[in-house]
Amino acid sequence: MIDLSINPALARKILTGFLRTEITRVNFRKAVIGLSGGIDSALSCFLAAEALGPENVLAVRMPYRTSSPDSLEHAQLVIDALGVQSLTVDITEMVEPLFSRFPEMDNLRKGNVMARARMIVLYDQSAAFRGLVVGTGNKTELLLGYSTLYGDSACALNPIGDLYKTQVRQLARAVGVPEPILAKPPSADLWVGQTDEEELGFTYEQADQLLYLLVDQRYSPEDCVAAGFDASLVRAVMERVRRNHFKRILPPIAKLGNRTIGYDFLYLRDWGT
Amino acid sequence: MTLTIALAQINTTLGNVERNLEKHLALAKEARKSDADLLIFPELSLTGYVLQDLASAVAHRPRRDDPVFRPLLEASQDIDLVVGFVDEDSRSRFYIAAAYLSRGEVLHVHHKVYLPTYGLFDEGRFFAWGDSVRAFDTRFGRMGILICEDFWHASPPYLLWLDGADTLLLTSASPGRGLGSGEQLASAQWVEHINRAYASLYTVFVAHANRVGYEDGLNFWGGSTVFDPDGDLLARGPYHEEALTLAEVDLRQIHRTRARLPLLRDERTALVRRELNRILQDN
Repeated sequence: MIDLSINPALARKILTGFLRTEITRVNFRKAVIGLSGGIDSALSCFLAAEALGPENVLAVRMPYRTSSPDSLEHAQLVIDALGVQSLTVDITEMVEPLFSRFPEMDNLRKGNVMARARMIVLYDQSAAFRGLVVGTGNKTELLLGYSTLYGDSACALNPIGDLYKTQVRQLARAVGVPEPILAKPPSADLWVGQTDEEELGFTYEQADQLLYLLVDQRYSPEDCVAAGFDASLVRAVMERVRRNHFKRILPPIAKLGNRTIGYDFLYLRDWGT
Repeated sequence: MTLTIALAQINTTLGNVERNLEKHLALAKEARKSDADLLIFPELSLTGYVLQDLASAVAHRPRRDDPVFRPLLEASQDIDLVVGFVDEDSRSRFYIAAAYLSRGEVLHVHHKVYLPTYGLFDEGRFFAWGDSVRAFDTRFGRMGILICEDFWHASPPYLLWLDGADTLLLTSASPGRGLGSGEQLASAQWVEHINRAYASLYTVFVAHANRVGYEDGLNFWGGSTVFDPDGDLLARGPYHEEALTLAEVDLRQIHRTRARLPLLRDERTALVRRELNRILQDN
């Protein structure tokens, strides 16, 4: 049995300390978070409110006209539970002109446009509210590349990117994320009836256990099959991880000089702070 | 003889030696006020840990004419200090280093001999490898210094023991990792296990100063400890928070423990040398 359970008190201490330190050391004290109504952004919002105080967190709801009403209501549950500041910006009017310009646009393109429109709203609020955009992508999603580059993956820092989805659930429950959010099936809600697990073709439970072996425990794909995982699932997950690696790194820069950003110009973000 | 050891479990400013120096001097005063005799700072306490290309820019020489070491040496008139820094040798090789300062003198400088260059670590890319493990005499007896990965290997503590060290001064900037369902991070648990083991196996005092704070996504977990020659915990700092942790060490405990448990007396060093020579030759 693969045990992904974590000590939630210790995780909470490290992650709230991370948010507080990494935001204040660059002379900010506030955070901006896109609140989707799902469990990931709810957890990030709970951690940020604890780290910075609820008055220093701006939760932004950004529905599109087809978004599920549940998403808005569930985001409101988080806002009410924490007492964070909040704002609702409907993105319909931002994205529809582009949809009309390209009537052949499929769901994938539309979903990406919406994710990037939300990024624009968040980064604008970042300037207006003087807060850093806190990320909401978990480890499963980052590894599988189940996100939009420069869309929902865009952030200044990410407290939950080293937690698998099942660990997010455990920690979310421990910090008090409202029950309806814990209970519902994960969905990007980019079109009606969409669920992550249906789109991915496997469950988070399966993916997390497999990724934990592949990534954290350094199992080879063959070792995973020997450990009881379906060979086609192992292949599909490995291929997703590999194919989406570009989303996890900065764009490569063509090297010409002696010292090139990304190769031999190496400093942490926290340089000098 | 009683020795009060203070562990300066601090956060640092990455690449800002001046600001870190101020913190060292303030803590030296505070520790002195608490009647501490020896104050131990963590690995790279004057510079921060993930230096990368900053390594050469923050280097200093542990000498009286150095602007950072001058005030530290002055402070060492009142309290012995172990400080972590980047040492640049006369031929501009850069080492992860720790210096023992006492009564205005540099008694010892240790260059880290094991530079982890795997996983999240990249020290071998930026630093030169130290090449000696030596004990040294202090006004509180003979001691030895090791830095982080140095004591993840079993041989450097063993060498210091044979070289006469009765107190091991260990410094770290240990990134927290291995979150599971247990009370501690796996990295914290591992370090505490081995430090307790060294104290027990070598019947020595083991003082470990580990830093706290964050550098980008890395957290440093603190939990600095002092173990006595019986392997008993004398003091432990909090996890993940800055602290000055004091431990009163009764150096006579070495006498009592070794009267009961003569592991040092019975250590077969000639056998070790003979077998080690054979093993190294055969290989």
